[in-house]
Amino acid sequence: MPVFIIRRLLQSVLVLFFMSLVVFVGVYAIGNPVDILINPQADQADIARAIAALGLDKPLAQQYLIFLKQALAGDLGKSFAYDIPAIQLILERMPATLELALLATGMAVLLGIPLGLWAGLAPDSWPGKLIMAGSILGFSLPTFWVGLMLIMVFAVELGWLPSNGRGPSTELLGVAVSFLSWEGIRHLVLPAVNLALFKLSLIIRLTRAGTREALLQDYVKFARAKGLSNARVVGVHVLKNIMIPIVTVIGLEFGSVIAFAIVTESIFAWPGMGKLIIDSIKVLDRPVIVAYLLVIVSLFILINLAVDIVYSLLDPRVRISEAKG
Amino acid sequence: MVVQTARFAVTGLICAALSLAGTLSAAAAELRIGLAADVTSLDPHFLNVAPNNNAAWQIFDALVHVDANARLAPGLALSWRAIDPTTWEFKLRKGVKFHDGSDFTAEDVMFSLERPATLAASPGPFTGFVKPIAAKKIIDPWTIQLKTAAPYAMLLHDLNSIFIVSKKAAAGAATEDFNSGKAAVGTGPYKLVRFARGERIELARNDAYWGGPRRAAWDKVTLRILPADSARIAALLAGDLDAIENIPTADLTRLKTNANFRLEQKVSWRTMLLHLDQYRDHPPGLGDKSGKQLAKNPFKDARVRLAMSKAINRRAIVERVMEGHAIAAGNLVSPPVFGHVDALNAEAYDPETAKRLLAEAGFPDGFALTLHAPNDRYVNDEQVAQAVAQMLARVGIQTKVETMPASVYFAKARAGEFAFALLGWGSFSGDLALRALLATANADKGYGAWNWGRYSNPKVDALLEQGFATLNETKREALARAAATLALKDVPLILLHHQLASWAMKKDIAYSPRTDEYTFARDFRPN
Repeated sequence: MPVFIIRRLLQSVLVLFFMSLVVFVGVYAIGNPVDILINPQADQADIARAIAALGLDKPLAQQYLIFLKQALAGDLGKSFAYDIPAIQLILERMPATLELALLATGMAVLLGIPLGLWAGLAPDSWPGKLIMAGSILGFSLPTFWVGLMLIMVFAVELGWLPSNGRGPSTELLGVAVSFLSWEGIRHLVLPAVNLALFKLSLIIRLTRAGTREALLQDYVKFARAKGLSNARVVGVHVLKNIMIPIVTVIGLEFGSVIAFAIVTESIFAWPGMGKLIIDSIKVLDRPVIVAYLLVIVSLFILINLAVDIVYSLLDPRVRISEAKG
Repeated sequence: MVVQTARFAVTGLICAALSLAGTLSAAAAELRIGLAADVTSLDPHFLNVAPNNNAAWQIFDALVHVDANARLAPGLALSWRAIDPTTWEFKLRKGVKFHDGSDFTAEDVMFSLERPATLAASPGPFTGFVKPIAAKKIIDPWTIQLKTAAPYAMLLHDLNSIFIVSKKAAAGAATEDFNSGKAAVGTGPYKLVRFARGERIELARNDAYWGGPRRAAWDKVTLRILPADSARIAALLAGDLDAIENIPTADLTRLKTNANFRLEQKVSWRTMLLHLDQYRDHPPGLGDKSGKQLAKNPFKDARVRLAMSKAINRRAIVERVMEGHAIAAGNLVSPPVFGHVDALNAEAYDPETAKRLLAEAGFPDGFALTLHAPNDRYVNDEQVAQAVAQMLARVGIQTKVETMPASVYFAKARAGEFAFALLGWGSFSGDLALRALLATANADKGYGAWNWGRYSNPKVDALLEQGFATLNETKREALARAAATLALKDVPLILLHHQLASWAMKKDIAYSPRTDEYTFARDFRPN
């Protein structure tokens, strides 16, 4: 296991290196932040000086080498637009995004697996059909539309919940979280539901399909023949066997919720990382874009590692030393 | 002096009238405003972009202010005069206190004028505004003299862009010290309480504000950052906000008819225009209808430029695309702005004359071109470009539209990749707009930095230079008008419309809308 983890981490360093190179070249190809940020009335001399001050007048290769040298020393550069370290900018937005992502994923898992099991065990009953019909809606309605509808109904028309923003935050173990206050929870509900909807539908469908398949397997028939209770057959034997694909999907979806909650964050004005990356791309704030993607890639690597470890816990046949890549 | 006294009398009357109104709505002690763009820093000298300046104006003042019509007005400087062609003397307002209780003096002005040049790593520095100042001299704590190398009338406008910070609080301060509030000590109507980056700015009333209680009517002001239009409007409708800025045209009608809200509009200083390449023989994207190169650049012929201008139905663009929230433009600057020429009207829609002019210029069958436009920068920019393309097609100019995000667009435009391109321009004055857009490009003098089409008219340049050296405002405005009239006669670019800026608020709040599009808490009042 330690060997496996070390090898994984070494591979990750390579991935991070290539990623930074691609992003660097990509942002360079789009344009120059000074063109966007400088006062339109500025004369040519001012423009040239601003470009030089940010180091953008140097050849691309040299700019990248400077970045690499600083990055190895733990410095990902200062944001052009905010004038503070890019990594600090990202880390101060992270708690808001993580909070939202955890709540949304939690909702999706805690509701999705029981509902999926129900639909799988009783596919022809009306609740089973209703769950499946609902999951199709959750799949096919676009997130931004659902978000707007949630706001129109629950905030504008009914006035039950705030229309957007994050509630007051309190410190928990040094992290600013908002779910500890009533006001904070009220602000969390709508964006979390909006973000959870798609994942919930996905988990329902996966669980249902897995359950239907598992019920036909010999080991389930054998367990039934042995006279085990229905609860034990479903709760232990079926559930454990269908979990592997579900865990994979939960892991991937959790990563994508963190990285790409942009639509929900914009609609609900949630001060998370998604809003930051959009603003930064608009003004070509390269240090922030590069640092953000490095953080996200690292997160994905960690999540995948965690998923692999969970596999081995769920299924003793999966030897972790074999799970390469 | 007579004017000054009259001003005080009027101010006194308004104050009396409003203090009555103020006592009636004690409940409205907090104002929550939704802003449309992110504020990256509260350091007022770091990055010169409108959202940051808008935030800085709540906390800081400048020597010279501009009023709702973008005309100069006294700020921290009570009065000014040119004692010789290159020396300006400013009398500062006495008794003004910074938020920390210290006195505002000429030392703070000196410090604030020097600070922009000390901030090296800014992608949008303020240095251009202080560069013309060759020497500064403090005469007494409330008098300061500024010397320029040559007679320079724009100094007053430039000083409107330099915020005055407290020397005591800001000496040696970095951007982070302003964000934390330690150095963000100004003389403005509101004090900084908390800056939550990307989320909100919390302000509290400055009880000692020199503009009086009328200009600081709220105990607390919260500026929420809500760049998504739908989120901003939903927050207003749901009652989470009291006022919002920058309303999309599609929602204006709905808010107008809603009895719970008030809409305020004013013609913005932003003019939409189309640049035409008048310097290359074969500009990119131009050809005949089969895609072959043209024998000559049609934009070099004034008749073609006029024909294209006549082919555009500005009324249709204003009424349909902008849904009535714009006015057709015949000037580089909008009506209230310095240097606007009333006699210049928007070109009338006349497709028949346009076709005749094209035929006379040797293009009876028209030609083909590509119109480039940003798609996330101006109000309905992409739709405006589409409408223009269809109108040009009607007189035989086959037009393809290519749009892209502003981050890509401006770099390409500056690199000269477009022959026919959309630009929106906001200026304090007509001569400033001419200097940037139509003066002969000259990097040393800072002329023509945005003259994408490279129009060049020595007579216009001469009038501009004469104007910038004329310290008398009336004479300078006459020169600015003459230069604009002369330049626009050649149709060096195609003017489209002036945008209207919009604000929406709850019925019981009033706002005095501004041509410069800024959203100032001090201009909101309980109604």
